[in-house]
Amino acid sequence: MSTKTKTKEGDVFLESICDGDAWVYSETVREHFFHPRNLLLDESGYEADGFGSVGSPACGDMMSMWIKVDKKTNKIKECKWRTFGCASAIASTSMLSVMAAENDGMDIEEALKINPEQIIERLGGLPDRKFHCSVLGHLALSEAVNNYLNKQKHVGK
Amino acid sequence: MKNIYLDYAATTYVDKSVLNKMLPFFSDFFGNPSSLHRAGRTTKQAIDSARAGIAGIIGAKKEEVIFTGSGTESDNLAIIGAAHANAEFGKHIIVSKIEHKAVLGAAKKLEKEGFGVTYLNVDGSGLVKLLELKKYLKKDTTLVSVQYANNEIGTIQPIFKISKIIKKVRGEKRFPLFHTDACQAAGALAMDVNKLGVDLMTFNGSKIYGPKGIGCLFVKRGVNLESQILGGGQEMGLRAGTENVSSIVGLFEALKLAEKIKHRESRRQIRLRNYFIKNVLRSVEGINLNGHIQERLPNNINISVRGVEGESLMLMLDRYGIFCSTGSACSSTDLTPSYVLSAIGLSAELTQGSIRMTLGRDTDKEKLDYVLKVLPAVVKKLRKISSVK
Repeated sequence: MSTKTKTKEGDVFLESICDGDAWVYSETVREHFFHPRNLLLDESGYEADGFGSVGSPACGDMMSMWIKVDKKTNKIKECKWRTFGCASAIASTSMLSVMAAENDGMDIEEALKINPEQIIERLGGLPDRKFHCSVLGHLALSEAVNNYLNKQKHVGK
Repeated sequence: MKNIYLDYAATTYVDKSVLNKMLPFFSDFFGNPSSLHRAGRTTKQAIDSARAGIAGIIGAKKEEVIFTGSGTESDNLAIIGAAHANAEFGKHIIVSKIEHKAVLGAAKKLEKEGFGVTYLNVDGSGLVKLLELKKYLKKDTTLVSVQYANNEIGTIQPIFKISKIIKKVRGEKRFPLFHTDACQAAGALAMDVNKLGVDLMTFNGSKIYGPKGIGCLFVKRGVNLESQILGGGQEMGLRAGTENVSSIVGLFEALKLAEKIKHRESRRQIRLRNYFIKNVLRSVEGINLNGHIQERLPNNINISVRGVEGESLMLMLDRYGIFCSTGSACSSTDLTPSYVLSAIGLSAELTQGSIRMTLGRDTDKEKLDYVLKVLPAVVKKLRKISSVK
């Protein structure tokens, strides 16, 4: 099954068809899929300030997200998650969790405004057909932030 | 890293002996079979003997064997060709809900043209409901098409029983005709058209260790079809275009070899398949076997893994050199989950979590043991990530 060719173009061709370059997703998606960041394996004992969950297994993707928020600065300190879904769904949730907590944490107002395009850009793109179906993370994050804000209101009362 | 290909229902490699028989027909013997000179007569002869050879294997006459460009094209020719050519006798056809898309696509086209199409239900194991078939056979039904074996779940349909039902309804009349798509069955099951009782039968090269881009349609003498490709009148006027000589030769060689080793190879694959199923059910919790337990292609394994999405599972296995396929919506081009798994009543979640592994001639116990080691670990990893418990 080996293809031998001495030409440069041949080498380029072989490289382009070998594992990696021709993968269905970008290198970043691949990296986050195989090594997801900020997974929450077990939520019992994890004291989240906000929780959100979107999707259903029936439609293919389901994401749960837990956040910890610095109450003084209203910045996200930790963003944890679990996802049932395809490779791009897993990778996009993982990437979002990184974005939410990086650089001392994302402001919750900013987190409410985050859109799929920003996540996809950080992932180095997604195949067109995957664009809308597999990126639900921002919805789970909004829900978690709103859950946090609701809790704060009740505390305030 | 080793590569373990377990997607033989998608396509096979070309057997070396088949390839060697094909090679002379690229540059040495390249004449157009329609030409009357010796260069043409040589390739014409090659086609004739391939046609006669295939006819011998499937119990047909040689003029009943038509070469096309693929299994899909044969299905299209059978369905659309029969419906169009016989529209004056009726405009109703019956197909099963789990036919290959090549049949369903043709049926949808006919529906748009005003034909009535009945889609037969299947039971939980994928078997066509024969009582339903009897109920829907009407005076104006010109064609019934039921696949021999399913490409996703491997369920084998009782083709002989179906042809008996149809013949009883038909009586002395010419209709309904009976077509079966035997692409998955070829090389594994009995292919004698007389014993099966079919009027039309499709199979192709790419599933039987032959070349891609070559299909065959058995057309029983007396059955009228409308050609879908017009031109020089090749293939008894049913499929125009200069014949794909090397692939026709390859198809015959592939079918001949498949028939020769069929019993031995089927027995071997059944042993391996049952070994794998038994062990995977034992080593991973929450696994569902899809399809029929006995009436199943020797090489087909289709399982659903609870809490895990199929595309993720497939790509994770791919990383460890294991190549299989999934019924998950995320992996299909139109983002819809497998209609076959839906038709057998599988829940949406289990449909999303399905993977198909199909064995081939180079599959052995050692390879399956490797899969049996990797799969539980990969499932464990994905279940950790999963929000569905």
